[in-house]
Amino acid sequence: MQRTFEALISECEHLAFDLQFSHAKAWKKGPSIVGAGDRFLAGYLPIYIPREIIHAMGGLPVGIMGTGDRMQIIKGDAYYQSYICHLPRGVVELALSGALADFDAFIFPSICDVVRNLSGMFQIFQGDDPAGAFIKYLDLPQNFAPGVGGTYYRQEIQSVIDGIQKRRSSSPIQEAVWVERLNESIRLYNENRTRIERIATLRQEFPWRLSAVEWYHVLRAGLAMPVEEHNNILYELEAVLLEERGRPLDNIRVVISGAFCEQPPIGLIKTIEMAGCYIVDDDFMLGSRWIEGDVAEGTSDPLGAVVDAYLQHSTFSASLYEAAPASGSKVERLTALVQRRKADGVIFAAPSFCDPALLDRPELQLGLERAGIRTIGFQYSENTGQFKVIKEEVGAFSDSIKLWDSEPDTRMWLPTVLEESNVIA
Amino acid sequence: MSKIVAPPPFLKSAAKAAAKPIEVVKERSMLLQKQMLGDLFHDLTTAKDTGRKVVYTFVPGNLSELILAFDMLPVYPEINALQWGMRKKSGSLIRDAEKYGYSEDVCTYVKCDVGMFLNGNIGPTGEKLPPPDLLLLSYTGCFTFLKWFENLQKLYPGVPTAMLHTPYAADGVITEDMVKYMVRQLEEDVIPKMEMVSGKKFNPEKLSKHLEYAVESEDWIVKMFDLTKQVPSPIDAYFAGVYYIGPINAGFRGAESAVEYYHQLYLEVAERAAQGRPPVTPEGELEEERFRLVVEGPPNWTHFREFWKLFYDMGAVVVASSYTKVGGYFDGGFRHDPDNPLESLARYCMGCYTNISLPERVNMLEKFITDYKADGFLINSIKSCNSFSAGQLLIMRELEQRLGVPVSFIESDLVDPRYFSYANIKNRLDSFFQMMDQRKQVGGRHQFGQRPHDSASSQKRSLLLPVLQQEAMV
Repeated sequence: MQRTFEALISECEHLAFDLQFSHAKAWKKGPSIVGAGDRFLAGYLPIYIPREIIHAMGGLPVGIMGTGDRMQIIKGDAYYQSYICHLPRGVVELALSGALADFDAFIFPSICDVVRNLSGMFQIFQGDDPAGAFIKYLDLPQNFAPGVGGTYYRQEIQSVIDGIQKRRSSSPIQEAVWVERLNESIRLYNENRTRIERIATLRQEFPWRLSAVEWYHVLRAGLAMPVEEHNNILYELEAVLLEERGRPLDNIRVVISGAFCEQPPIGLIKTIEMAGCYIVDDDFMLGSRWIEGDVAEGTSDPLGAVVDAYLQHSTFSASLYEAAPASGSKVERLTALVQRRKADGVIFAAPSFCDPALLDRPELQLGLERAGIRTIGFQYSENTGQFKVIKEEVGAFSDSIKLWDSEPDTRMWLPTVLEESNVIA
Repeated sequence: MSKIVAPPPFLKSAAKAAAKPIEVVKERSMLLQKQMLGDLFHDLTTAKDTGRKVVYTFVPGNLSELILAFDMLPVYPEINALQWGMRKKSGSLIRDAEKYGYSEDVCTYVKCDVGMFLNGNIGPTGEKLPPPDLLLLSYTGCFTFLKWFENLQKLYPGVPTAMLHTPYAADGVITEDMVKYMVRQLEEDVIPKMEMVSGKKFNPEKLSKHLEYAVESEDWIVKMFDLTKQVPSPIDAYFAGVYYIGPINAGFRGAESAVEYYHQLYLEVAERAAQGRPPVTPEGELEEERFRLVVEGPPNWTHFREFWKLFYDMGAVVVASSYTKVGGYFDGGFRHDPDNPLESLARYCMGCYTNISLPERVNMLEKFITDYKADGFLINSIKSCNSFSAGQLLIMRELEQRLGVPVSFIESDLVDPRYFSYANIKNRLDSFFQMMDQRKQVGGRHQFGQRPHDSASSQKRSLLLPVLQQEAMV
């Protein structure tokens, strides 16, 4: 039975911020998976890990995106100085409060020194407990030559596979079964990315049909449930969004950049919308869309396909060396995204003390301004509770584009589809 | 008239400020270092005339021997920044970078470097530094390095970048796969770009020769720092130590001149040790070594002299520090290998202090505290440096629990003078010294090797168990 829009969003909102990960833990209690064995949970930090691998091994990859403003941080604050970002405090709080009990593995992708060192803190917390979780710092290569970085990345992924198998005391999955399973996992995650992109494209045309907050909940919920379930949600949601709902407002259209790790509080996303902006793209849950396009399906070497996808089809990100993508610099790629989403401007919203995002900002901002794209920037923390100043800043930004744009004819906010179908009228 | 050995050159002002007239006797090693660095800066300022190519690179994971093998000249942006800091001129450069758009929150080495660029790339000696011919991004132990050079790529458009990704030794081991990954990068990207820029063919024999010199220097460095195990320590291994590691971190590791320097330095320190003399401070020889400390984290550069004075006024001597290992950790046994040059460079990079895991850092510091008979452990936590700072409070907690040693924690920054609060640091240090003093009065020096409290790791705390269960187990 199809769920109503309200039921879908409500379910996602609950799952997105269930900091006990109840849904994932319940899933783990299910029967063994044929060909893969007992179920397991692998928590991972932002931004990207190849979730297909975990899925093919019979596990559920669970995104640990911090605690936002939903948990009082007591123990976590005792481990960090005031000038360290907020995300790891929440993660430590989760770990030390027992919320991550039942997790069998933790993967810390290379994104910054704070997340890197957090992997060592988890090692220390756990000590030499033989029943402890498998802890892995996944050193994503910054060299993108297949025979160099590609080989190393393959070895890194293999160490994840070996480590989890050792932790579970399980034998390697038989080769033929593994190839079949991994190809199926690739297919499912390809479907996931495709459905996400389809809804993102719909939102680009009709942003009022699904608010940025609602979309955020849908994407974040996807990090805490099996991909098969998330694909169903996306399928149902897309069907709902094909019908008109809501009412368009005279908002500008913006892309948010810099929020790929520590997530903004929901209040901040709401504030941006209420200040007169449609958020038509962002990097909030970038890991879900890290690979642009599909990972090759049905190959005899699916692990190689996963590696190639990272080397060849990664999105642009502050955590990735700029020489990586073949299709241009970060400025060029962000400019292209703005144009593709028909955005009027970019809001650089980065967490305080986030070196990767904040060190990218000056050149990105300069590059966009040179390209004639308006920008504004501010910092937040995942538990920021006051948005008045940000609302005023964003409101002024929105007004400046709406009211005083020197070339109003070049504004791209009015969707072409809308003009053609005359929906506004 | 008292007669003292000169403090390091960067503390000349301190010597001038001493109350009594003094006759400064410069040790030979000081003259050697001054000559080496003076020559380097002269070579840099004349590089465009002489046609020598200039490589910008970083201290941790630096490939000095490879740069020397191509007869290129190194520029280390961190060293420029810290020298600006010591000259108390980094603040305005940082503010210029912030006006350009850099956040107050980010690394001040980066901002100081960008500010220097915005002001005409005048180096700390007052002479204009040449622009890079090659950006050698040795991405070792610090994610910010990557962002830093991405920014420099924009400031120096068209300059080639050689990227060397050093895998993080997260599990406390360096695997063959990691070594091969680095060697392939050296062979397929770094060396070809150095050949292209320098116009010279790579000469493995020349590299091996420089590695032989590096081994000799590394031997002398280890021997020299080993002398601080003696009571009293003949030198301060942190405040003077950062001066002593200058040459190997400024491009001279692998140079013949560095062998001479470190041999001479060892002889001088060994002589002090043989005479049982305590360290030299900016105000003369320390009267009495009262406290022996191990320090984790970089020093503050903008108030270096005031910072050091807070220690030597109380008779505190740093006998070992992690910061002197950022450019290479040789105490652990690593030496460059002239017979396996590229593998050896790879292993060197991966063994630098900031590239090792948090548990390994704890183990290393535990060994320092024990081996160097330290009375206390201090962390100077740096706002700018997440690589060092994230996790330091857990390091401190672990060491306190493992060894029962007095610990303390202060905060400052590398080169942003706004983050040096003299009163706060003094308060913390005064309490720390009092704590150590009381400990000594009650029970003498800490009995090393005892484990008064179980550490978090030895309690086998598991992330799989709710905290209440864990507490019940404890």
